[in-house]
Amino acid sequence: MKALQILIDGFAISSLYATGAIGFTLIFGVSGVLNLSHGSIMVTAAVVAWLVAGSFGAGPYGGALIGVGASVIVSLVTYGIVVRPIQKSRAIAREEKEIFVLTGTLLWGIMVQEVIAYVFTNNPKTVLPLIGGVVNILGVRTPRTEIAIAAIAWLAMGLLWLLVNRTRGGKALMAAAINPRGLTLCGFELGSIHLLVWTIYGVLAGIAGVLLGSFLGVSSDNAGQLTASAFSIVVLGGLGSVTGSLVAAYVVGYLESLTAYLVNPSIRTVPVLLLLVIVVYLRPQGLLGRR
Amino acid sequence: MMSTPKTLLGTAAVIALMALLPFAGVGGYVLGLMTSALYFGVFAMGWDLLFGFAGEVNFGPSFLIGVGAYTAGLLNHYAHWPIIACVPVGALAAVVAGLLLAVPALRLSGPYFGLVTLVAVLLLQNVIVIFAGFTGGEIGLDLPDVLAISSRVNYWYALGVAGIVALGLFALSRSAVGLILQASGQDAIEAAALGFNVVRHKLAAFCISALVSGLAGAMLVFYLGTVSTDSVVDISIGVQVIIAAVLGGRRTILGGAVGAIFLIVAGELLRPVGQLSTFIVSAFALLVILFFPGGLLGRFIVREGA
Repeated sequence: MKALQILIDGFAISSLYATGAIGFTLIFGVSGVLNLSHGSIMVTAAVVAWLVAGSFGAGPYGGALIGVGASVIVSLVTYGIVVRPIQKSRAIAREEKEIFVLTGTLLWGIMVQEVIAYVFTNNPKTVLPLIGGVVNILGVRTPRTEIAIAAIAWLAMGLLWLLVNRTRGGKALMAAAINPRGLTLCGFELGSIHLLVWTIYGVLAGIAGVLLGSFLGVSSDNAGQLTASAFSIVVLGGLGSVTGSLVAAYVVGYLESLTAYLVNPSIRTVPVLLLLVIVVYLRPQGLLGRR
Repeated sequence: MMSTPKTLLGTAAVIALMALLPFAGVGGYVLGLMTSALYFGVFAMGWDLLFGFAGEVNFGPSFLIGVGAYTAGLLNHYAHWPIIACVPVGALAAVVAGLLLAVPALRLSGPYFGLVTLVAVLLLQNVIVIFAGFTGGEIGLDLPDVLAISSRVNYWYALGVAGIVALGLFALSRSAVGLILQASGQDAIEAAALGFNVVRHKLAAFCISALVSGLAGAMLVFYLGTVSTDSVVDISIGVQVIIAAVLGGRRTILGGAVGAIFLIVAGELLRPVGQLSTFIVSAFALLVILFFPGGLLGRFIVREGA
């Protein structure tokens, strides 16, 4: 009974983690950027969805849609005013760009987080669930929204798979991850590919944010924790590896759920952190990473 | 840029002038602010040695600070050791913890190193909270001893530590060792090909960074009279240190102290806008990074072409 409960809860939370982390890893794979404002972008999506669905009466679906839209806008702004200027800057040496992007996105994330805290306070906000009600799965009372969360997360990831493997733009995107110079030589504009990947990232992070908001509730104070957990998942799975992130998201989600149910909810992140240290030391390229 | 002896003399002069501040009618409140700012300045200078010179981004400065602070705090609280013994032991503990962290971590590069240091902070914080019965957890632990009651004396202690660290680290950064570190940070393969032991130099930088961070962390808790995760371990402390160092100017060492003082002063001036002050400070730091990547002191201290 408890095992089944862990299995179901763990699945929902892991799917959510996977959606957010895949966007994060995609950007790293294509443009080598670790976006430390990730958590703030997820929080933005959740808070906008909460606002539009609740105060403006757009209902859960309208709220979710506009929340994801807000996330896309913030992610494009992140690219436009923080990441791109640093990449283009002549004053910053090439080997230091990585460090500057990390610091820049970190500061930008704090700015977004502070604006949200200022306008909407840092009280946790729970987004209206997409579907109400509870179903009984083999004796475990499961909120329907939990099933919907897993389904939507998987739908989003499935669409991403189709986009990457079946469309011209998506294939160009993968090519950019493998060899950007070769792609430029084939006559593709790298700039538009970066815009595409940041847009996809915004959609995925937005979906993850809205779903998280409807599942656990989100406060602006969570931004740092969300970034850290996406970062951990992505490193665990192997930086730049989409499949790796997917596997790692489930490892992290289940490990956290097991700890929370069987040991103590207050230390739910500790086993993950220890696992992460072990993996980074023994196998720095991550579970499925390429070197 | 200014030559090394000139900069050292100039810095010593500024420190001497700052030592006279309490006689210039500056009140206890401002001196208190300056005391915190100076300890933060030490953290930022220690961080810059790793970031600016060794080229390693340490997301966990508060791991080193926290180990130093808690070691000193626990020894004082439970074993009633005098402050004069607690502070060096705290600083040494930070070095040992730093070594345990860095020896395996330095085999990793770039984001992996950064991640391990970030995880170290999160683990330390969790451990402190889990053993709350012993460590005081999130509420913190009261310390029986404090450095001094008088805000003047506290300020002088902080200025003394910050001054010695500033002069020492700056001289180190301009020495042969500093140049090798800088070379290792910019192109590790080429530096190794020239016959320098890159890992050993980076490790030395990490130890020195840990030593000054632990020392200042231990001093800070005896100034505050309490040791808690919010004041020495939390991620936000680390972020403040990073902002101070980047704002002041990377690869300048002294910039860290300038950045820390700037942050504290800006925080005070922005008090009327309340919650938005963090936003404004972050936005300002971001603008500095984007338009003046050398930071506030970059123009004066960084070598041409560096």
